[in-house]
Amino acid sequence: MLTFVVRRLLLAVPVLLGVVFVVMLTVDLLPGDAVTLMLGEHATQDAVAKLRDHLGLDKPFLVRYLEYVGRVARGDLGRSIQQNRPVAAELADAWPATLQLTVAALVLAAVAGIVAGVASAVWPNSFFDALARLGSLFGLSMPIFWTGLVLIVVFSLWLNWLPVGGAGSLTHLVLPAVTLALPSVAMISRMTRAAVLDVLREDYVRTARAKGVGEFWVLGRHALRNAFIPILTLLGLQSGQLMGGAVLTETVFAWPGLGRLMVKAIFARDYILLQGAVLVFALAFVVINLLVDLSYGLLDPRIGRQG
Amino acid sequence: MTAWRRFTRNRLAVVGLALIVVLALSAVLAPWLAPYDPTRQSLVEKRSKPGGKYWLGADEFGRDILSRVIYGSRVALLVGVLSVLIALAGGLVLGTMSGFFGGWLDAVLMRGIEILLAFPYLLLALAIVAAMGTGALNTTIAVGVWGIPTVTRMVRGSVLALRETEYVGAARALGAATPALLRRHILPNVIPGLVVYATLFMANAILLEAALSFLGLGVQPPTASWGLMVSTGRDVLLVAPHVATVPGIAIMVAVLAFNLVGDGLRDALDPRMRGSA
Repeated sequence: MLTFVVRRLLLAVPVLLGVVFVVMLTVDLLPGDAVTLMLGEHATQDAVAKLRDHLGLDKPFLVRYLEYVGRVARGDLGRSIQQNRPVAAELADAWPATLQLTVAALVLAAVAGIVAGVASAVWPNSFFDALARLGSLFGLSMPIFWTGLVLIVVFSLWLNWLPVGGAGSLTHLVLPAVTLALPSVAMISRMTRAAVLDVLREDYVRTARAKGVGEFWVLGRHALRNAFIPILTLLGLQSGQLMGGAVLTETVFAWPGLGRLMVKAIFARDYILLQGAVLVFALAFVVINLLVDLSYGLLDPRIGRQG
Repeated sequence: MTAWRRFTRNRLAVVGLALIVVLALSAVLAPWLAPYDPTRQSLVEKRSKPGGKYWLGADEFGRDILSRVIYGSRVALLVGVLSVLIALAGGLVLGTMSGFFGGWLDAVLMRGIEILLAFPYLLLALAIVAAMGTGALNTTIAVGVWGIPTVTRMVRGSVLALRETEYVGAARALGAATPALLRRHILPNVIPGLVVYATLFMANAILLEAALSFLGLGVQPPTASWGLMVSTGRDVLLVAPHVATVPGIAIMVAVLAFNLVGDGLRDALDPRMRGSA
């Protein structure tokens, strides 16, 4: 088990190295001088020279890349140009908020999506099924930033139930989490419906029913357990969707997380901070999908750990 | 039953197709359909409520929202179609090379694709826009490049499967050259699956363009982009909620239309998939 985890983590290393490479390369391909863009037209010669030196821009791209990777390996992500603080400190301040938001959204999406999907599969072509399928079509089609604004208008401005934005209490979390969860609820409920419908056609479900197992247990012990594997894969992929969505949700709700930090970094042309933020997102995405792979073994003993 | 018959029997898919036709017409006929110039400002009428002179109200600068929504369909469809073309072209070339030639080329390309897929949704496009700068063209490129990894993987998968089929083997044995083999026997069988993907990608491309423009990193003012319109409305949410909400409905309808048609096409082209997902 341990060797499997270690092997998978080692396999993630080249992917993360590649992510850093791609981000640095896109910044490098930037037309014009990066330093002038960062400091503006009226920067003093001295400041430009200093920043050039700090960024190591006089060195070839590959040397800079290797140096950056070497520093990251030692835990040094560089200094944010805009905030004049270590990037690691900036990221450390922001990531708990994003984690809180995405986990809340993922739990919400999983619970709502699975319940709706199972109900749809158990009563196919019922009124509820039609409603759920129509709802998921809309859920997939609504732009997340717009959903957030509509929820703010209704629940914060008209009804005055929940705060407009910011973070701090549980009430602050409700609207952003719901906003972020909605597209995933739609995806998960569609997938669950299809997976459960498939499993319910299996012979072993018929056997279980034939030997007199109650419908509740047929669902719980036989159908859901087996339908869970595709659902879990989707949850892993949805986490990437949620992180991207977090950038938009955090912007709409002024939620002090990584996504908002990233957008600010882009506007400030603070590429060191941007690189660090992208790296954290990619790392989180890789780790989540590793966890998903690990949990397959728990659900289905047939899936070995050789990976 | 032909695929077209199966498609038209799906009522939701037909609704989607009708909506796409309406969108395309509004994009093409925008100058004749729009009641006002989409950039004409009238500050005394700013934030006018819907109804009255402006059917859907006016925005922060007193610009007619209906006209801007109509013109916005041009941006959404143009960015969408062009980025789909970029994703398809890039994915077809890379996926075919990877699947057909295999070997080290395949290994290198697939590792590269894995890296691009490790970027959570939106972040790759954000990184590209961050580097290249904003604007309609850069947004299109960012959205298109964002789609390349997935298309590459799909194309590679089908090419790999087709390469091993008997008729490709037979054509090869008869002396068909590689380009002819690809053109006559492999690509025609890859394309149908891509049509479904392209339609669904179009929905995502519209969403992504809107998202980038909403963040201020996409299409720039005063061009009428739906995402940008929602973003302007954000500042006047309390006094004039229609400024932000109306263009959002346009985004939703456009995305819904392409999703419906994509689902319908998938069911029609591959009846085995019917009812699933």
